[in-house]
Amino acid sequence: MVKSKAVSDRILIVVCYTLVTLGVLLCLLPIVHTLALSLSDKASATAGLVGLWPVNFTGAAYAAILRDKLFFTALGNSLLRVALGVPINVLFCIIMGYPLSRSRKQFPQRNIYMWFLVFTMLFSGGMIPSYVLIDELGLMDSIWALILPSAVGAYNIILLMNYFKNLPGELDEAARIDGAGAMRIMWNIYVPLALPCIATIALFSFVGHWNAWFDAAIYMESQSKIPLQTYIQQLVVESSVSSSLSPEEQMMLAEVSGKSFNAAKVFVTMLPLLLVYPFVQRYFVQGIVIGSVKG
Amino acid sequence: MNKTLTVSPPKVRRKKRLNTEVLSYNLLMLPGMILLLIFAVLPMVGIVIAFQRFIPAKGIWGSEWVGLENFRLIFNLPDSWTVLRNTLALAVTKMVVGTVVPIFFALILNEIRCAPYKKFAQTAVYMPYFLSWVLLGSIFLSMLRTDGAINSLIKFFGGEPIMFMASNRWAPIIVVVTDCWKNFGYGSIIYLAALSGVNVNLYEAAAIDGANRLKQIWHVTLPAIAPTIVLVATLSLGNVLNAGFDQIYNMYNPLVYDSIDIIDTFVYRIGLVEMQYGLSTAVGLFKSVVSMVLIILSYWLARKWTGYRIF
Repeated sequence: MVKSKAVSDRILIVVCYTLVTLGVLLCLLPIVHTLALSLSDKASATAGLVGLWPVNFTGAAYAAILRDKLFFTALGNSLLRVALGVPINVLFCIIMGYPLSRSRKQFPQRNIYMWFLVFTMLFSGGMIPSYVLIDELGLMDSIWALILPSAVGAYNIILLMNYFKNLPGELDEAARIDGAGAMRIMWNIYVPLALPCIATIALFSFVGHWNAWFDAAIYMESQSKIPLQTYIQQLVVESSVSSSLSPEEQMMLAEVSGKSFNAAKVFVTMLPLLLVYPFVQRYFVQGIVIGSVKG
Repeated sequence: MNKTLTVSPPKVRRKKRLNTEVLSYNLLMLPGMILLLIFAVLPMVGIVIAFQRFIPAKGIWGSEWVGLENFRLIFNLPDSWTVLRNTLALAVTKMVVGTVVPIFFALILNEIRCAPYKKFAQTAVYMPYFLSWVLLGSIFLSMLRTDGAINSLIKFFGGEPIMFMASNRWAPIIVVVTDCWKNFGYGSIIYLAALSGVNVNLYEAAAIDGANRLKQIWHVTLPAIAPTIVLVATLSLGNVLNAGFDQIYNMYNPLVYDSIDIIDTFVYRIGLVEMQYGLSTAVGLFKSVVSMVLIILSYWLARKWTGYRIF
């Protein structure tokens, strides 16, 4: 009896390890496949011979990227977008999350702001009115069209607000007794303590800006203004750019398979996330759990 | 005398300081509120386009008012019903699969006792969540082509190649499976957090009573995370009309409009491709209103059933 119980438990453990490993492999294989495809030569890529290991290893696709001016322009636009967008998002989260975390006694208008914020989260004007607005404001083709509309993120503000709320209120009282003003208490005491949550928000903001493509696709009219994801999107998914290839690019396509070339671009585009993410994973799990479990 | 002096001034000072504090909080809120007024509220005013025959050159004030004409037109388009049906079918299937798979994965991951492996597995399965549908759409479409990896595998085992993204039977399955692929790891985080809070004594007590691991999962672990399951499932109710624009737009093509064209892609096409601003805004308004009602309902239910509050 005791023995059979142990056997059934052991089978369960084996099944769990197998299934988890299967899940892990499922998540990694498409990415490994893309990397392999980007490093294979034209004939094997076109013939569909590439599995998880490069066939007839070549770096031609990456060499082609290095000669691709549009790719670097787009990369520059993406970096600019992240460099402007992330600090702005984080700043708004702090300066709005902190006042909203104060009690109604300290900040009597708190609930009015709160309801307004939640309302903008629940209801939106939709695609066309936003498009018309950006057009009317003269923001077409400007980087600010990609940053200002999403500068105030209600969800992240609420996340940070809940984090501030859960910090002990005695900190506030003690600082007041020492004569610190409201601004000093916020910047010198509460903000440093909320760094794990702020790091999470910065990560989410980075991912959001890095991955965004649709806004640039509709607001950016000139090809030289689009970020990397929009460039990839137009290139790979619509493949409508192929008609307007420059002679240089035609040459490139002659030696590199379109498949490996695209795979290389896709891989380079996901690289920043693949590199940053394992190091910040700890923070975001912490941030999500604290932000969402709040009763 | 000395005593009265020390008692009264702080009272006055305190009141004054409170006022500057309130003022500074309001000032901190101001820039964000201005941005919200411009970029969130003004588009809401722009919804009047839904009741106009909108011509960009004439603007909102110069365009002709047509009342409910746009809505009447939409309800008479056969495409609208296809799109609504597809949206509901895809969104609900995604919700069910997207709830069950993460729970299952959290349960089996919780049985892994080797900490480094568990950490590695978590890192690997959370990762797809952070990749965009632009990149994933490109990867999956390339894998699903007749000369792609999946069909190579099918041919290797002697099967006939399948044109997945040209088939109305396969396309919805691909959409649901790839969506699950991207999100199941991330979705399991919240359950793993709930699982880490389960009292170890409960397992010991169950073991003494003769329960094996499987029975412990059924009788201890699952009941422990049941409130979280109810909460997450309730909150997902607000997504009934969200079938995932980014994913569909990056994976679909005209051959499979019948099965995976959804409200959001429809709004995009009639609005920004065919320039039917009024029609597109009307469809968008319909979606926004229904979604808002559903979200409010879901939060109300979540609060009633589990006592959850977002703020």
